Amino acid sequence: MKIVMLLLLLLSPIANAVDAYQFNNPEQQAAYQSLVSELRCLVCQNQPIGDSNAELAADLRRQVYEMLQQGKSKADIQQFMTERYGDFVLYNPPFKAKTGLLWLGPVVFLVVGLIAVFLFTRRKKTVPPSDSVSENTEKLAAVRRLLTDKDTENLS
Amino acid sequence: MLKFILPLVLFIVLAVFLALGLNLNPHDIPSPFINKPAPVFSAPKLTAPTEKLSTSDLKGKVWLFNVWASWCVSCRAEHPVLNELAKQKAVMIIGLNYKDEPDAAKQWLDTLGNPYNVSIMDADGRIGIDWGVYGVPETFVVDKKGVIRLKYTGPVTPEAIQQTLLPLINQLQAEQP
Repeated sequence: MKIVMLLLLLLSPIANAVDAYQFNNPEQQAAYQSLVSELRCLVCQNQPIGDSNAELAADLRRQVYEMLQQGKSKADIQQFMTERYGDFVLYNPPFKAKTGLLWLGPVVFLVVGLIAVFLFTRRKKTVPPSDSVSENTEKLAAVRRLLTDKDTENLS
Repeated sequence: MLKFILPLVLFIVLAVFLALGLNLNPHDIPSPFINKPAPVFSAPKLTAPTEKLSTSDLKGKVWLFNVWASWCVSCRAEHPVLNELAKQKAVMIIGLNYKDEPDAAKQWLDTLGNPYNVSIMDADGRIGIDWGVYGVPETFVVDKKGVIRLKYTGPVTPEAIQQTLLPLINQLQAEQP
């Protein structure tokens, strides 16, 4: 019994907001599931409407369900939502001037990072070794000179 | 020299981005309706449910469309501001009583005053969805041609009335229908 309770507890956070909707066919159910996981709830903005218990999310799920029942396609419903709530309602917004930074930003950061890594490693490889070798030989010579000078000083 | 300037420039760029990010309000979603025709509705009036008000009745008038509900706490803060605006008779104020109990809504207007020329009922929130409403209160300004010119999200403040709404309303009232 305890184990069953524990399992139920473990399962509970995954459980979505559930509405008792009846679907005509599995395709319609699949379209519903994918839409409610792609549309953002505007009240609790980090949840799709399928996960949210906000009243607006429930209303939007009802809207999605009714439009599917009327035979509307996924694209129709996405258009319906963006006409009313803007691209913000889509978790997967289309690529256009306004969303350009959103889509290209990560690529720009990657390129800048790669260039920085390239410049940094090249500088480390080429510049210091040649310098340090000659520096070392110079220092070595100086030390030798000092040592020999000291020896002579002591002797005298 | 570059060794010092580069990190400084990077720091300033980052600081500017973070400062902008802090000042953005994530609940202030730009409405796709600005300069688009207002969504059409025909809905029963709160005080006379047998009569309906539709968008075509409002053609040729500048009107404010204020979404409110008796369960909405910020609406209570906004209400005196709307009462004040209604006294000036500068614009027609239409209320959308959003997902509310008619009795609770009527009682609210009786106790707090009624700034609305007409309030219509949206019991299941469908008009709200058509207008892209995602929080209450919200206020739209619609011009004489029935085009939405401004959306104000959250409770309207006296400053917003003076600085934004009234200047726009006066400008729209002067336009030819």
